[in-house]
Amino acid sequence: MPESSPQPETGTQLVKRGLAEMLAGGVIMDVVDPEQARIAEDAGAVAVMALERVPADIRADGGVARMSDPAMIEGIQEAVTIPVMAKARIGHFVEAQVLEALGVDYVDESEVLTPADDTHHIDKWAFTVPFVCGATNLGEALRRISEGACMIRSKGEAGTGNVVEAVRHLRSITGDIRRIGQADGAELFEWAKKLQAPLPLVREIAETGKLPVPLFCAGGLATPADAALAMQLGAEAVFVGSGIFKSADPSPRAKAIVEATTHFRDADILAKVSRGLGAPMTGIGMDDLDQSFAERGW
Amino acid sequence: MKVGVLALQGAFAAHIEMLESLGAAAFEVRGAEDLAEADRLVIPGGESTTMSMMIERTGLRAALEGHLARGLPVLGTCAGAILLARAVQHGRGDQLHLGALDIDVARNAFGRQRESFEVDLEVAGLHEPFHAVFIRAPRITRVGESVEVLAALDGSPSLVRSGSVMASTFHPELSGDTRIHELFCSVAPGASGQGDPTGPTPEAGPT
Repeated sequence: MPESSPQPETGTQLVKRGLAEMLAGGVIMDVVDPEQARIAEDAGAVAVMALERVPADIRADGGVARMSDPAMIEGIQEAVTIPVMAKARIGHFVEAQVLEALGVDYVDESEVLTPADDTHHIDKWAFTVPFVCGATNLGEALRRISEGACMIRSKGEAGTGNVVEAVRHLRSITGDIRRIGQADGAELFEWAKKLQAPLPLVREIAETGKLPVPLFCAGGLATPADAALAMQLGAEAVFVGSGIFKSADPSPRAKAIVEATTHFRDADILAKVSRGLGAPMTGIGMDDLDQSFAERGW
Repeated sequence: MKVGVLALQGAFAAHIEMLESLGAAAFEVRGAEDLAEADRLVIPGGESTTMSMMIERTGLRAALEGHLARGLPVLGTCAGAILLARAVQHGRGDQLHLGALDIDVARNAFGRQRESFEVDLEVAGLHEPFHAVFIRAPRITRVGESVEVLAALDGSPSLVRSGSVMASTFHPELSGDTRIHELFCSVAPGASGQGDPTGPTPEAGPT
């Protein structure tokens, strides 16, 4: 039996991780205005990420990328009934405080924005609102969880329309989880040292065979097959950013990605929904990349 | 016992894990052929708008309605309760509600995620309180005469049953307590929403 609580308690780990569980099997879409938010909800998105520019435009524009204007976030909250997430800069706990005050449902402490602190991430235990953080490997994921993150997304490389980094990061995380499952008690100390992660979390993975919080995939997904690939590789849900609203025809593509995420093992359905979607976003090869967002975060 | 869990979206994995711990053969339902295998069905929490669209696009609606009419025992949690309701407030106009349970439900009635909470609930038929997790939870705003209220929070029903159909506005799959699932697994098949419960009778009504 869980601890008795005669009074309702908000902001607990159970409540925070619980919302992440509710988003499983779904697609979270980046949107920049209420109109896009409605298109996302109409397509079956489980949540939207409200931001001023999609990552592809942040790349193209350069400069410093910050938290969005609260008025813009409120406009999106009014436009849809599904959860609304928003991004704060890495380490910028005041942006997170503002987002919590606005009532956003999840804060993404995101490498897509320009980091505000080159050493520390936000102390996420101090908040009632839950946080999602990116990770390129298991050590990074466990450090974010130790800081209070309640959902991990593999980072990929946002705004590229190129799924290769998402696959690399997801495989790195799930591969190490499998290897820890094979380790004996003495080896777990070495794993904790190697991953620069707390030993209790490493032990928890050895026992359960999974991350203590839901693992989603982000960064470069552009097609229904990309979403299904992430799901087959072990992601529990997907974030799609530039891939939808930088494509030729966002609405049918958004719907197709939602169906592909639900039916990710059914190749007949994937073939059906992938037909005639128009041009995907052009995308960038990793050799042509000026700046890696995934390297931000410590 | 073969228990299907609707796996179009949402917290289906947590339900499957809990049902398996009770010795049930739990499996994911993604299409009508999966549903045909199920002795009973769980509709999990998640986003009711997304699940509603996927039920329509997958062509599952007719199969679901057919099985419900034939008395397939169903447990709907949170979004699942919304899908079973007769009417939905604060939803999308095109949102599916199967009408298997004579209740009206208001979506997101407690506020946004920062207002989500956990609390101990008195449940009729259970000796100890049940630790209930409410996440962007709906509120049951009307119950029909055939509907039995098994638990209530601040006067609004949070666990209800009518015949072989049960619904909760909270998440019994999240707090590690299997008693609601045990209750559901003991519900006998019957006619949906017709009252006349054939399962175990709770020892006392809710206070």
